[in-house]
Amino acid sequence: MHPAFSVIFLTTLIGAGQGLFLALFTGQLYSTVHLVEEQPGSFYAVGSAIALALLVAGLGASFFHLGRPERAWRAAAMWRTSWLSREVIVLPAMMGIVFFYGLFHWAGWTQPFVVFGDGALPVDATFVLGMLGVVVALALYVSTGMIYASVKFLEEWHSPYTVVNFMFLGTASGFMLAAAYSALLNNHLVGFFGTWAVIATLLGLATRIASLLRNASLKHQSTLQTAIGIRHRSIEQKSQGFSAGSFNTREFFHHQSPATLKLVRNAFIVLVFPVPIALIVLGYLLESPTLPVVAFSLQYLGLLAERWYFFAEAEHPQNLYYQHVS
Amino acid sequence: MTQLALVIDLNVCVGCHACVTSCKQWNTSGWAGPMVDENAYDANPTGTFFNRVQTYEIGSFPSTETVHFPKSCLHCEDPPCVPVCPTGASYKREDNGVVLVDYDKCIGCKYCSWACPYGVRELDEQQKVMKKCTLCIDRITDQTLPEAERQPACVLACPTNARLYGDVHDPDAEVSVAIRERGGYALMPEWGTKPANHYLPRQKNRMHVSEEDLQRSDNPLTKEDITVYSGEETLDDVSW
Repeated sequence: MHPAFSVIFLTTLIGAGQGLFLALFTGQLYSTVHLVEEQPGSFYAVGSAIALALLVAGLGASFFHLGRPERAWRAAAMWRTSWLSREVIVLPAMMGIVFFYGLFHWAGWTQPFVVFGDGALPVDATFVLGMLGVVVALALYVSTGMIYASVKFLEEWHSPYTVVNFMFLGTASGFMLAAAYSALLNNHLVGFFGTWAVIATLLGLATRIASLLRNASLKHQSTLQTAIGIRHRSIEQKSQGFSAGSFNTREFFHHQSPATLKLVRNAFIVLVFPVPIALIVLGYLLESPTLPVVAFSLQYLGLLAERWYFFAEAEHPQNLYYQHVS
Repeated sequence: MTQLALVIDLNVCVGCHACVTSCKQWNTSGWAGPMVDENAYDANPTGTFFNRVQTYEIGSFPSTETVHFPKSCLHCEDPPCVPVCPTGASYKREDNGVVLVDYDKCIGCKYCSWACPYGVRELDEQQKVMKKCTLCIDRITDQTLPEAERQPACVLACPTNARLYGDVHDPDAEVSVAIRERGGYALMPEWGTKPANHYLPRQKNRMHVSEEDLQRSDNPLTKEDITVYSGEETLDDVSW
């Protein structure tokens, strides 16, 4: 497939935005039960603003993928059958929850409705919004992943790995960003967010490598024989029906050399996994305010490469029909 | 239920591209707007087509065979491109099974083209909506046309009659008989899309000429002449 930067930015930006929200709310939960230091409302408000900015930027990027962006509102119609439609509904819902979560923290509307267990667990509006947000964030990861995983012809994508990779890698970058944010504020949550970022990154490493191994030994179901229905071992295309390009040759081919693909793959394996883990650990040990920021930035860069490779790696069966110009 | 479809006879397709040009001519002139071309008279021309004719060489020299392979939307009975459409622009007509795109609803997200294993949907580079074979829906449903002309443009244009058109759910239709009796097959059956369009395979026409076909074994002149000649004058030597 042709890796479109609109979709690469969409999936990586909203992944990080959702992840950051999950990180903020995880921090809130831990501080509610006094496992980590309590933070002021502004910490959550600014954090939510960053998460919202990422989600908005991702949505903005997605519009560049559309031929007719002015009709984008129609895309919510077919949620019964289309994962894309479901994503179009869940993404604004996520944005709304993040917005109100930040707003309630900023305005200080955090008076508990009920308190469970002798003051151990006060439930306020941000708690409810946060729990709702967790569900919606997970639903959004699933929707985004299923857009790709549900296309059974794209066998590289048609696997549960696609969904869990989106989930773990997005969560990893979100927690990494939360650690960077805490480091800049110089509060004590760097270690907390950093630990979760490392855990999510390691989980992502396991599932992403598993999917790479799976795809390396993938045997495609369709062949030129089934494509044109002629039973002969030796079939060669002599003409694809036109002399230059078409939508079929632009959309479904990456037009890059195998060496480039290999380079991008190796680059993302290094940039997404070992480098940020090393930097965040180093940043924690040195109490550096900038190293976690570098860790997040490099991991995000790596995720761009990861997503690029994700698209380029997928071999569409229609390519069987477009092997030779004339 | 009716399922309109094409049956393409690879046995007689000569790869003339008449179906391609007639398709483009009819559909670019219709109510749905042009199928735009870019750099049509320049290097790297590109444009929207509903139908392409490809050519394949089967076997290795010297025992090769050239197969011309017209390729357009197969109007699957279980079209994978339809449920993925987020706007409902892609749909399958209930009354005749033709898979269509509502160009006014399409947002050009290209997801349906990803979900088609055959690569028969093309995004129009200027109108930015997904386009595909409509089976000339504006011709075949036009009651003002004489019945013989209520057929897709490609079918009418084909000089070798390689394209049959009809209802593949009607067991007595020409297309159904052709599929049934001449080994009609579907493309990429492994995906379970149940394409309505079928292809008829190449068939070798071999003549079996026996000795008896060349020489009339029951020729009375040879059969009944049991005389043994030994150089004497026969009736043949008599000049009349």
